[in-house]
Amino acid sequence: MPAILQTKNVHLSYGSKEALHGINLDFDDHSITALIGPSGCGKSTFLRCLNRMNDLIANTTITGSFQFHGQDLYAPTTNLVELRKQIGMVFQQPNPFPFSVYENVTYGLKLAGHHERKFLDEQVERALKQAAVWDEVKDNLNKSAMSFSGGQQQRICIARLLAVQPDIILLDEPTSALDPISSAQIEETLITLKKDYCIIIVTHNLQQASRIADRTAFMLNGNLVEYDLTSKMFTQPAKQDTSDYLNGKFG
Amino acid sequence: MDDIQKKLASPSKASHEDIVGRIISYSCIAAIIILVISILYFITSRGLATFLTDHVNLWQFLTGKDWNPGSLNAQGKPQVGALPMIVTSFSVTILSALVATPFAIAVALFMTDIAPKSGTKFLQPVIELLVGIPSVVYGFIGLTVVVPVIRNLFGGTGAGILAGTIVLFVMVLPTITSLAVDALRAVPAYFRSASLALGATRFQTIYKVLLRAAMPRLLTAVIFGMARAFGEALAVQMVIGNAVLMPRNLITPTSTLTSQLTTNIGNTIMGTLPNNALWSLALILLLMSLVFNLLVRYIGKRGEIKS
Repeated sequence: MPAILQTKNVHLSYGSKEALHGINLDFDDHSITALIGPSGCGKSTFLRCLNRMNDLIANTTITGSFQFHGQDLYAPTTNLVELRKQIGMVFQQPNPFPFSVYENVTYGLKLAGHHERKFLDEQVERALKQAAVWDEVKDNLNKSAMSFSGGQQQRICIARLLAVQPDIILLDEPTSALDPISSAQIEETLITLKKDYCIIIVTHNLQQASRIADRTAFMLNGNLVEYDLTSKMFTQPAKQDTSDYLNGKFG
Repeated sequence: MDDIQKKLASPSKASHEDIVGRIISYSCIAAIIILVISILYFITSRGLATFLTDHVNLWQFLTGKDWNPGSLNAQGKPQVGALPMIVTSFSVTILSALVATPFAIAVALFMTDIAPKSGTKFLQPVIELLVGIPSVVYGFIGLTVVVPVIRNLFGGTGAGILAGTIVLFVMVLPTITSLAVDALRAVPAYFRSASLALGATRFQTIYKVLLRAAMPRLLTAVIFGMARAFGEALAVQMVIGNAVLMPRNLITPTSTLTSQLTTNIGNTIMGTLPNNALWSLALILLLMSLVFNLLVRYIGKRGEIKS
């Protein structure tokens, strides 16, 4: 099965400081890939390259090839708006809009020009069910999304993303601001979602990576150290650095 | 041993300073409270004298159209109808806020989201300069530029609500703009990222998320602008015409509550009906600024972004 997203020789600099020194990573569809590594290793930076959120930061230069469905993400002809609909992102801090749950989930659909009430209703229910938060919010769809707990807010954010049916879901440490129970619920949600989506998750939590990821990439100081099946990497890491990091010797 | 005991039992230098500091701040607070209460009491007692001492009917005061406190009308009642001034005051306030708000929000968006660097570098000083210009200068420009232009375009004297609106528009624009900038900056950046990551364009993000999330604080900004417009006296006085007549359209000379106060407060004798009637106008102004304040608080409380 060819990878849905292929990156080759990715370099990124903030001004004159290079933060990524040539990353090659391919991501499979219908699987979860975890990016791990100590703080400042460039994993979030790399993730943000994948839906071009780094474009928002001034003085950033990105080189290398990003092939998504055989198409170059950074080609001048790429429609950024379309791209971000196909490659969606969930952030570290739950960030629902200060609107009702319903309006949050329909936000992307309305941007895409869908306004038929029936269609929106269906999509809201589907997305919230997929994000495993439907039972908790279904009676309060018109309540502000900000009034729910952090974990629920994060799943509402996932539902908001799922509503536009992206191909790839990027998650930037989605559970680091949440308590263990909410984190576990998000993990379960992700495992059920992987049959339909390609999920790429940045996490600081090694146990989380080992629990949910099919493949794991270990990054260090802007380099990709090792990329393998999670089961293999966590039992028999090929590199000494990986082994040291997984055993808590640094990081 | 005794030395240590003495030292520990008596207040230290720092705690002395603490007490002195507390006394100073409490006395300052007390002075301000006394000041505010005296102002409120003074204006209220003077303002109510029209109704209590001179037995003017409150309803007639608020709805009467004839203002000539020095003389009596055919029925032998004093002519103190403040309606023309109330109408004019509200007209210039609402009109100038309506005209200024779109401009202010556009400028604020430019400064926060479209060109934050050059916006802050060039527009910020411009806005601050506009705030700093004395109102008499605005009034003078209004009198020498705006009034003649209106006179040439529409005829009449040129003075009136339209001229007042234009002058006030320039005066409230910086107020609303700088508060709108604060309102937009208070919207967390992650709302913007979330919207963009869902495939929204920048303008969709501004229109659907930013303005909406900032709405309560933007309304507050507009109300602050309105309070400023409502209370502005000098500049308005110079362009409004100062005839206490019911405005028939936007270019007939009329008078606001404030302009009537500045024009006539020096020409009346304390304790007489004409003087008391002016205090009643001041009381209306005071009550209105109270209403504006309450509105700001009410909207601000409802619109807090909880995180």
